[in-house]
Amino acid sequence: MSPETMSIFSPQLAARFDALVEKYPVRRSALVPMLLYAQDEIGYLSEAVIAEVAQRIGITELDVRNVASYYSMLRFKPAGKYNVQVCTNISCMLRGAYDLYERFQEELGIGHKGVTADGLFSLEEVECIGACCWAPAIQVNYDFHDELTADHVSGLLDGYRGRARAGVPGDGSSSQGWRVEGSATHA
Amino acid sequence: MPRLVSHPEEVKVVSKRFGQGAANIDRYIELGGYVSARKCLEQGPDWIIDEMKASNLRGRGGAGFPAGLKWSFVPKQSPKPKYVLINGDESEPGTCKDHLIFLHDPHAVIEGTIIAGLAIGAKLGFIYLRGEYRYLLKIMEKAVADAYAKGFLGKKIFGSDTEFRIITQTGAGAYEVGEESALMESMEGKRGVPRIKPPFPAVVGLYGGPTVINNAETIATVPHVIEMGGAAFAAIGSPRNGGTRLFSVSGHVQRPGVYELPMGYNLKKMIYEVAGGIRGGRKLKAVVPGGSSTPVLLPEEIENLGMDFDQVGKAGSMLGSAGVVVIDDQTCIVEFALRTISFYQHESCGWCIPCREGTDWIKKSLTRFHAGYGVAKDIDNIQYLAENMLGRTFCPLGDAAAMPTLGFVKKFRKEFEDHLNGKPCPFAKHVEMAVI
Repeated sequence: MSPETMSIFSPQLAARFDALVEKYPVRRSALVPMLLYAQDEIGYLSEAVIAEVAQRIGITELDVRNVASYYSMLRFKPAGKYNVQVCTNISCMLRGAYDLYERFQEELGIGHKGVTADGLFSLEEVECIGACCWAPAIQVNYDFHDELTADHVSGLLDGYRGRARAGVPGDGSSSQGWRVEGSATHA
Repeated sequence: MPRLVSHPEEVKVVSKRFGQGAANIDRYIELGGYVSARKCLEQGPDWIIDEMKASNLRGRGGAGFPAGLKWSFVPKQSPKPKYVLINGDESEPGTCKDHLIFLHDPHAVIEGTIIAGLAIGAKLGFIYLRGEYRYLLKIMEKAVADAYAKGFLGKKIFGSDTEFRIITQTGAGAYEVGEESALMESMEGKRGVPRIKPPFPAVVGLYGGPTVINNAETIATVPHVIEMGGAAFAAIGSPRNGGTRLFSVSGHVQRPGVYELPMGYNLKKMIYEVAGGIRGGRKLKAVVPGGSSTPVLLPEEIENLGMDFDQVGKAGSMLGSAGVVVIDDQTCIVEFALRTISFYQHESCGWCIPCREGTDWIKKSLTRFHAGYGVAKDIDNIQYLAENMLGRTFCPLGDAAAMPTLGFVKKFRKEFEDHLNGKPCPFAKHVEMAVI
């Protein structure tokens, strides 16, 4: 894609994509990362995202959809600004993940893949996130929060509400990490 | 930061730089880093492969295939470019060791990848991390950029005439991509469905070229093998099982954590001494020894069990990814089995019918069963379904779902029977409603 072409992405992301497709032995190796990075910026894989990614790689939109539908992190509908992903797989389950998940449901008033009315939070029950020894663990966007109990839930959500008010970007990738009283956080 | 643990019984080889600031390249060099890669550059491919074979280092991803042997299968001459592909798609429930490697010792992964490249004559390596590990990907990307800046990667590595480059890659959420052929598909920008074997990746792999695929822990171990010598590394472990292993001990223990112990370390001791025993003064009911795909073991089966590939195999389970999940006597095995199969049902890519249908029907049966609507023949039916998945799929996900299911049904049949005919689950707190 030439720089003059209209892109729906920020100039930084567009430039990153220009480089990314040239990096691999074949262009379409850039597809999965590109979809994830596009989703980080736009919020979900909209029609426009799929169209532009297809054009950049040089494949059909159908092909892009076919690949995107395989990966569980990729979504075709907007999520909340902060997507709360509660792992309930075995190691987390044994240490109270379902209690934790229930508390999130109560506090947010939404269920699996629901979004709060203000668009601030969404909730997902997810499979193992690779934090089994620090269970139960969750991710909010890309931030990990380890060794949680149901009592941490409201404080944790308040922390994110505060970040939203302070205008911290929602993609989680700029997070410096912050701590909820009594829990372990890293990002 | 995820909590690091320590125990006097540990033998720290792969984890010796954890918590030492080794993500910084200068610190890594100060701690002896990149000496092994330089040495390999001088000694050449045959020497590297001999050391690797002598080390008895076996694949840490789960299959336990000897790494040196795997490297030796790559043809010396190839019309197509050769590649190294590092599997950091760590997704096996109960396993979180690679998480710590990427966080604390990213340069060990890079150095191991360089050595693998030198051994097989590849000029390009890929390090693939699961999509959820974004903060770890950033650490890896920084480490790779620093290695380029130092001239350890690029056209002339370490001032030689040898070229080696590394590209980092993110996934986007898929357990199946941890299987090596599905990993290559994902790397090529496709759905992560497995390829039929043969041909094996060493002959026809990524982009059709010969490819060595190693787990992140295996590759992070390689520089240590070179540093201490293959024979010395082998001597740490048990026969045919070289070195140490990062055991992710989770579940109902007092001190969960990733512990580095010699191969063949006694499982009972690992649970009761290293990890502090069962929490809350409860009793051990069962242990999953190598990640959720490995059949469950009973307390009497772990008495004298050494944790290496051969001994755990002989005990009827697998060492797998060394994710030790400890289950106490207040846990409902039916619920545990249901949660396990739910995972495989969710992650089955749907390519092979026995896996796609088998995981789905076992999940439905167990859901109904756990909710109190089971009938006696369901138990045999679950077993029948699982047995008919074994060995009938392209990749091991079908087996990974069937084997633990068979273990639960065979070893805890009584507990399944206790759930029959509307009897409430003696443990259940989280009964889901029947879906059919």
